[in-house]
Amino acid sequence: MKRTNRRDALRLGAVLGSGLAARGEEPRSLGTPLSAYGERSPFVKPVRTMRQTKTPEAGSSATPLADTYGIITPSSLHYERHHAGVPNIDPARHRLVIHGMVERPLILTMDDIRRLPSVSRIHFLECGGNSGGEWQAKNQPDVQRSYGLASCSEWTGVPLRLLLEEAGVKAGAKWLIAEGADACKMQRSVPLAPELDYALLAYGQNGEPLRPSQGFPLRLLTPGWEGNVQVKWLQRLLVTDQPHMTRDETSKYSDLMPDGKARIFSLPLEAKSVVTFPSGGQTLPGPGLYEVTGLAWTGKGLVTRVELTFDGGASWVEARMDEPRFPRAFVRFRMPWRWDGKPVVMASRATDETGYVQPTREQLVAARGMNSGYHFNGIKLWRVGADGVVTNVEGA
Amino acid sequence: MWKVLSAALLFSVVLGAQSAKYGAGRAPSAEEIRALGPTVGPDGRGLPPGSGTAKQGREVFAARCARCHGDKALGDVGPALVGGKGSLATAKPVKTVGSFWPYATSVWDYVNRAMPFDKPGSLTHSEVYSAVAFLLHLNGIAGETEVMDAKSLARVRMPNRDGFVPDGRPDVKR
Repeated sequence: MKRTNRRDALRLGAVLGSGLAARGEEPRSLGTPLSAYGERSPFVKPVRTMRQTKTPEAGSSATPLADTYGIITPSSLHYERHHAGVPNIDPARHRLVIHGMVERPLILTMDDIRRLPSVSRIHFLECGGNSGGEWQAKNQPDVQRSYGLASCSEWTGVPLRLLLEEAGVKAGAKWLIAEGADACKMQRSVPLAPELDYALLAYGQNGEPLRPSQGFPLRLLTPGWEGNVQVKWLQRLLVTDQPHMTRDETSKYSDLMPDGKARIFSLPLEAKSVVTFPSGGQTLPGPGLYEVTGLAWTGKGLVTRVELTFDGGASWVEARMDEPRFPRAFVRFRMPWRWDGKPVVMASRATDETGYVQPTREQLVAARGMNSGYHFNGIKLWRVGADGVVTNVEGA
Repeated sequence: MWKVLSAALLFSVVLGAQSAKYGAGRAPSAEEIRALGPTVGPDGRGLPPGSGTAKQGREVFAARCARCHGDKALGDVGPALVGGKGSLATAKPVKTVGSFWPYATSVWDYVNRAMPFDKPGSLTHSEVYSAVAFLLHLNGIAGETEVMDAKSLARVRMPNRDGFVPDGRPDVKR
């Protein structure tokens, strides 16, 4: 009421040739007050995509990669893959049991674990089934649905090795059987391989406790390996001399080859990258300057180079990578690009510190056929039409 | 195939009985370990007492499994659990318990820990043996009255036992 009166007065003032005319601006209203927990702007809308399913407790949701900046995925947009829903765990009641071929079997509370020396490191996480549709060229229309089962966070936890040394691993032990506390007690066999030197029992993500969908209060993190072995809601590590050949490492997450044999324990993820702008589903408003950008990662250490093609793979030019780069983490690449308005087919390809170069889909299919289903890391081509509409290049 | 991991490849955790540096946690009781439930190796280790036949399993399946997997286990909301034999090297492979799974012990373990989907952990161990016996029977792997228990299940040789090979990557070279 008061405001209205004031406005009326101002308007009157304007009519009289004073007030507004003198200031040249409208008066401002106050913003919202302090809040206990932050929310994003109502103008910012990106969300995870999910496939329609009758069993939404067992499925995946994908990160909107084209709508993230830098290398950190907001925790609320981290991809999900659950097999029996997200359990609601009281951390005060959660326990981790380490037993089997150890000198000192252990049961630990979350307090026990958090009191141990911890580290924080940035690592990507990618589902072994990410981009699986590409094998059969059943391409999704955008980068979120075709490459979005990958995300990157800063993780905090206790080195796995520290707790294994606390327990005292016996000679002859070669595997860990990791088990979650979700409804299906998801279980995977984890080889005691050199890569476990980087492994964490993680309780923190991006500065806060793990989100429930990422394993609150505790998950196994084996950086660079497929997401499925990085068991969430971790309640058990059985140290043993053989893998258990669980459902999720035999009937799932194995790569069926053309001869009918299936490769098993394909854990490290090979170098991969994708252009997130411009990418499928977007429209360039017209010719002119843009920044081409995207993400690259490898389970084998550092991404050492990212190249871009603007002619469907005939020639490649090196993109600039944001620094610092971290091993087994997303790398953000960029390149200024002036679009002349003509149709163009573009893509990125990553090279890692082992010298491995991200292959084309054709090369992958030549090596593994079209039915292997998992561990696709091929080059992703996007077509920009003369109308500026960006689409998937079918089967490329 | 898991033997590809030689001792030289093992990561550098300090082996042996040296004392704990931090003294974290405490020793669990036998009951605390048991409460986590069975965990089953491909040689049958960890399989608990109990037993069942395909004949008994037919009833368990009809009551607890058929709603999602179909009356004949050919799949519905849940995947097909029978068939697919000989399909793995074709353009349209069908991966089922019968055609693809290498160990019957893994079937027991998975049914026990994760099924039925909407109420995992609600089957008795003998009901799990029965349901698995029924699936093996449907796939022509076990007789209808063959008793499945910790010993006999570990002896079952699945048709695709030798169908798994080590990770062959990197397999794309420039």
